[in-house]
Amino acid sequence: MQVKSMHFKATSSMKLNDAVLQAAMKKTKGKFVDGRAAAVAEIDVWQDIRTHAAALRDRVINNLDAYLIEFEKNATLRGAVVHWAETAEEANAIIVGIAQRNAVKIVTKSKSMVSEEISLNDALEAVGVEVVETDLGEYILQLAKEPPSHIVAPAVHKSKEQVADLFEAAHHRPRTLDIPSMTREAREVLRSKFLGADMGISGANFVIAETGTTLTVTNEGNADLVTTVPRIHCVVTGIEKVIPTLEDFATLIRLLPRSATGQNAANYLTLTTGLKQPGDLDGPEQMHIVLIDAGRTKLVGSDMKEMLRCIRCGACMNHCPVYQNVGGHAYGWVYPGPMGSVLTPTYVGIENAGDLPNAATFCGECQVVCPVKIPLPDLMRKWRERQFDQALRPFSERFSISVWNAFATRPALYAASTKIAARVASWWGGKKKRITWLPGLDGWTDGRDMPAPAGKTFRELYASRPKRSNRR
Amino acid sequence: MKVGLFVTCLVDLVRPNIGFAALKLLEDAGCTVVFPNGQTCCGQPGYNSGAREISKVLARKVLAEFRDCDYVVAPSGSCSGQMKVHTVEDLFKGQPEEAEFVALAAKWFELSDFLVNVLKVEIAPSTTSVVTYHDSCSGLRELNIKAQPRMLLSAAGAKINEMTDCEKCCGFGGTFSVKLGDISTRMAENKCVNIAATDAKVLVGGDLGCLLNIEGRLRRNGDNATKVYHFAEVIAGMAH
Repeated sequence: MQVKSMHFKATSSMKLNDAVLQAAMKKTKGKFVDGRAAAVAEIDVWQDIRTHAAALRDRVINNLDAYLIEFEKNATLRGAVVHWAETAEEANAIIVGIAQRNAVKIVTKSKSMVSEEISLNDALEAVGVEVVETDLGEYILQLAKEPPSHIVAPAVHKSKEQVADLFEAAHHRPRTLDIPSMTREAREVLRSKFLGADMGISGANFVIAETGTTLTVTNEGNADLVTTVPRIHCVVTGIEKVIPTLEDFATLIRLLPRSATGQNAANYLTLTTGLKQPGDLDGPEQMHIVLIDAGRTKLVGSDMKEMLRCIRCGACMNHCPVYQNVGGHAYGWVYPGPMGSVLTPTYVGIENAGDLPNAATFCGECQVVCPVKIPLPDLMRKWRERQFDQALRPFSERFSISVWNAFATRPALYAASTKIAARVASWWGGKKKRITWLPGLDGWTDGRDMPAPAGKTFRELYASRPKRSNRR
Repeated sequence: MKVGLFVTCLVDLVRPNIGFAALKLLEDAGCTVVFPNGQTCCGQPGYNSGAREISKVLARKVLAEFRDCDYVVAPSGSCSGQMKVHTVEDLFKGQPEEAEFVALAAKWFELSDFLVNVLKVEIAPSTTSVVTYHDSCSGLRELNIKAQPRMLLSAAGAKINEMTDCEKCCGFGGTFSVKLGDISTRMAENKCVNIAATDAKVLVGGDLGCLLNIEGRLRRNGDNATKVYHFAEVIAGMAH
């Protein structure tokens, strides 16, 4: 997916004034935030499960090579071919190669954010393969030629009116705003694609080392059709998705749907292990599993390695006050919100995503709701530290901090200058005691007044106050 | 009991009344309060801007200034979070100075927490206002400041009318409020809408940064009626 994260500031300003987006964001905020809270409240050992899951994910990341090799061994034993891709280009070349060798004409896909990372659809379409997204949200976005704005609910930014327009143009059927009718319409259109596809491509929420299983969590069941109907099944996912055992999956699945959508269980868990066996009614004749690095190994062993715990639930963005107000597209790449503000600079370069780690107040909600306890504010701060050390932020920002430090470490100078500042700012505020414009601080004063200082600093007033014995 | 008052840079410069309210509350409870005159900043602006070394210099300065105090109290959850949490869990973790900062963190309290859980003060009724309370993020999520200011306000006679999303960030975020001013403004606007939906005419909070941010948006919107106070001003009878 094309990186537009460098335009965060300009795009987010635009999104604040996008009425359709703002209405959509308000609607989903209640659903995701309140839904999660209710679903979490059902489990009295929620915090214990989080702690356990975080430790489990850490164990995987600290032994990633061993679990991946175990996974490869067991998947291979069951007839799958495991491919390793260091870069997006390598991954696309592998998958395009599989398609071409097998004369694939139609590919059905269930939702995969990793495929968005590597722009897989573009690569397949470039060699004449028809790619059909079958997750309803992804299908809508494919018609709209837009990238997803959310990792769980990709079309969350769209109104039903917009979707109705897209369906009318693509399906040539009478326009309807009745949601069940719209979903039925999509289902009917997609059915022939499901049945006619030569290859199904799915992502994977997890891959399981002990069994060689790949698995997908969905609400629509489309992954069942993508993984079992076509003669070839291709899984594309990141190397960090491996977990040791099915039992570990049982732990993580208690966290994932609750954190993601506020459901105590997802509608479908699609587990695929190996090929169609003699006597099986369906299943693929070939199974390919493409495990992608594309920047992940840079995190292994680094001071940001906790980020690899992520199970892609989206709770951090759902609860992020910045995301709630600007939506996912402002972040300019596959992963929005706090997890994206850590991952995007890692995967596409901090020089292309410099605003993202700064797009946070460090309110801490993301860290509180994260099911695997990723210290997201700390990780964003680490990016800010790198930006400061490498002089990657605007001069004005670094200069202000250095000046502030020069004063704050010199108490006499600090006292003298704040004494003057308090008076000047108080005078500047005038009778209404409000500053409506302050040079260099227009980021604040464009939308807010600055309540003016009282005129004297605390330390001045404290020094001149009467002794305690005289004050009673 | 010798209590060091860390007044915070914002209170020092913008609203010294909050510092005096804190001073009164502590002295009325029998504390011997000292104000180390060289104090400036806890280092949080540098810390959150990626200037790690600068923030460590300032943290060391604070440590030295309050070394001989039994307790340190600040009318801010944000500066308190910096000194109680971030110095210990991050800046000096595993370093030779760690023990000193652990000791500082142990004696450092946010004001409402100190009044309720250490001093166990009795607050005299002094108001009948209907107020709504904004929970500031650092205090709430780093220090578990939630019930303490409400207990104090109720004891002072205030009726608390909770707003929707009282725990949602107001958009201040230190330098965030300038760097990404229009997102910050929108978050403050959301807060103003939630305040207006209550029948409270007074917004109370525990961090001046948030209060300035919300007040700034209220005034820009032409709302000059809603009063904005730090809880220390209200419970000390100094909200004027």
